Amino acid sequence: MVLVYIDHQDNQIKKSTLEAVSYGAALAKQLGTEVHGLLLGSVNDDLAALGAYELKNVYQINDSALAHFDAQVFVKTIAAAATKVGATSIVFSHNQTGKALCAGVSALLKAGLVTGAIALPNTSAGFVVKKSVFSGKAFANVSIQTAVKIIAISPNSYKVEGGAAVVATTTPLDIAVSAGHVNITAVHKTSGEISLTEADIVVSGGRGLKGPENWGILLDLAKELGAATACSRPVGDAHWRPHHEHVGQTGVQVAPNLYIAIGISGAIQHLAGVNRSKTIVVINKDPEAPFFKAADYGIVGDAFELVPQLTDAIKKMKASA
Amino acid sequence: MKILVCISKTPDTTAKIAFTDGAKKFDESGVQWIINPYDEWYALVRAIELKEKDPTTIIHLITVGGADAEPIIRKALALGGDEAFRINTDSADSFSIAAQIAAVANTEKYDLIFTGKETIDYNGASIGGMLAALIDAPYIPLATAFNIEGTTATITREIEGGEEVVTVNHPVVVSCQKGVAEQRIPNMRGIMAARTKPLNVIEPAAVEALTSIESFELPAPKAGVKLISPDNVEELVRLLHEEAKAI
Repeated sequence: MVLVYIDHQDNQIKKSTLEAVSYGAALAKQLGTEVHGLLLGSVNDDLAALGAYELKNVYQINDSALAHFDAQVFVKTIAAAATKVGATSIVFSHNQTGKALCAGVSALLKAGLVTGAIALPNTSAGFVVKKSVFSGKAFANVSIQTAVKIIAISPNSYKVEGGAAVVATTTPLDIAVSAGHVNITAVHKTSGEISLTEADIVVSGGRGLKGPENWGILLDLAKELGAATACSRPVGDAHWRPHHEHVGQTGVQVAPNLYIAIGISGAIQHLAGVNRSKTIVVINKDPEAPFFKAADYGIVGDAFELVPQLTDAIKKMKASA
Repeated sequence: MKILVCISKTPDTTAKIAFTDGAKKFDESGVQWIINPYDEWYALVRAIELKEKDPTTIIHLITVGGADAEPIIRKALALGGDEAFRINTDSADSFSIAAQIAAVANTEKYDLIFTGKETIDYNGASIGGMLAALIDAPYIPLATAFNIEGTTATITREIEGGEEVVTVNHPVVVSCQKGVAEQRIPNMRGIMAARTKPLNVIEPAAVEALTSIESFELPAPKAGVKLISPDNVEELVRLLHEEAKAI
């Protein structure tokens, strides 16, 4: 059985979970087995609707100790649940929650783990999963040698496939949940912003914008596109933008459908964080900027003129569509 | 207080990524090796800062690797730390590394264990989580701030779309990223002192890897950039809509 971890936040199922469910369903089909979900705690969303992604059933463990996130407690609970239901493959999204959980579950079950997976496994000989390595500069094909396999898929790397006429059932699962040691004292949401790692479109700015006071044109473009905003390392280091927006080898790695780089030269460390983007647009006044070599589309010119024009052109296109 | 900082050796961030031996091995020729930036800039520096506040703090550094990892661990000792361990075996996979470190952690009994959030070569982001599970300690991944009063640590960690502040009594395993500390450069005094700090080579525990890398691939080269005239931004929008289907 393929077991997919149903990650949720604020009582809602996350988009990255739908990717993991779609991946799990395809994996189950490939292995000739069933796909089930595993939910710790509760959500307001209708679990039956997960059937649209071909999920047969959701095992739910509802215990007051699971009301707040504690990786140690969750890891033990997931490992016990996976053993109880006889899971042979466990799928996580490799988002922030997945990063907190998958490794611990792997260690407890002595089940081989591939994180940052970007494709279904090759099962023609063994079980080989492709993952991104060297911060997006290469891929590795990793063989899992244990009976139970754990895969954490990179966000935005697997297409959500809905529309199946399945109604998922919910089965309560009785697992003894141990008490935790972690207390959550505050949560700071960057309200209204779109999560960088989950975004379909990312608009990113570099030193070419000359100062934080000039970010308005970039924010307007991002708003028009429904995009998350990001920045290069010098911009984060100079505190022009919050450091959680820093994209690159030592910052956040993103893989959106569209990455628009404005006034970023494209140092190799920056490219490492973005080169799994499906389409890259570069706007830079320097025709020699290395970023153009990694781009699909480019405009050589002044960002201060081009970005507002781009926002207007997108508005027009939307109006005529 | 006793802190363990996990140190990994990685290729420099500008290293050319190429493979040899039928794409089975990373091509190490001409590669400069560095301390994994997350381990050095954030995990190690924060541990050093805690020792500066409380000089009774003991910092141990640990790495899993052959003799070729020694320059890296010496460099880490030049930044700070009292003593280092090198577990004398090639790192096979994340689990085997975590299990080797867990064997040491189980005897040494650390209050805090710091790792970087991931290494910049294999991007596993797994050692901290595996280690925490193996020694049955709380795990706080993706920390952006770390403070401790008495035995209670207050840690800010990244969650999707924001941050969360948690408190936890040690022992605890924390994976560190930007925000936890600021990068430091080793000074001459540190470099001299590092030469005489103990670097203990210990033989590996019997641990089996759970995974192995079959082969590597490089991404397909880009077809080349399509340049659009700055006078024709509408054309870019049309291409993004019709050709790339990105908007």
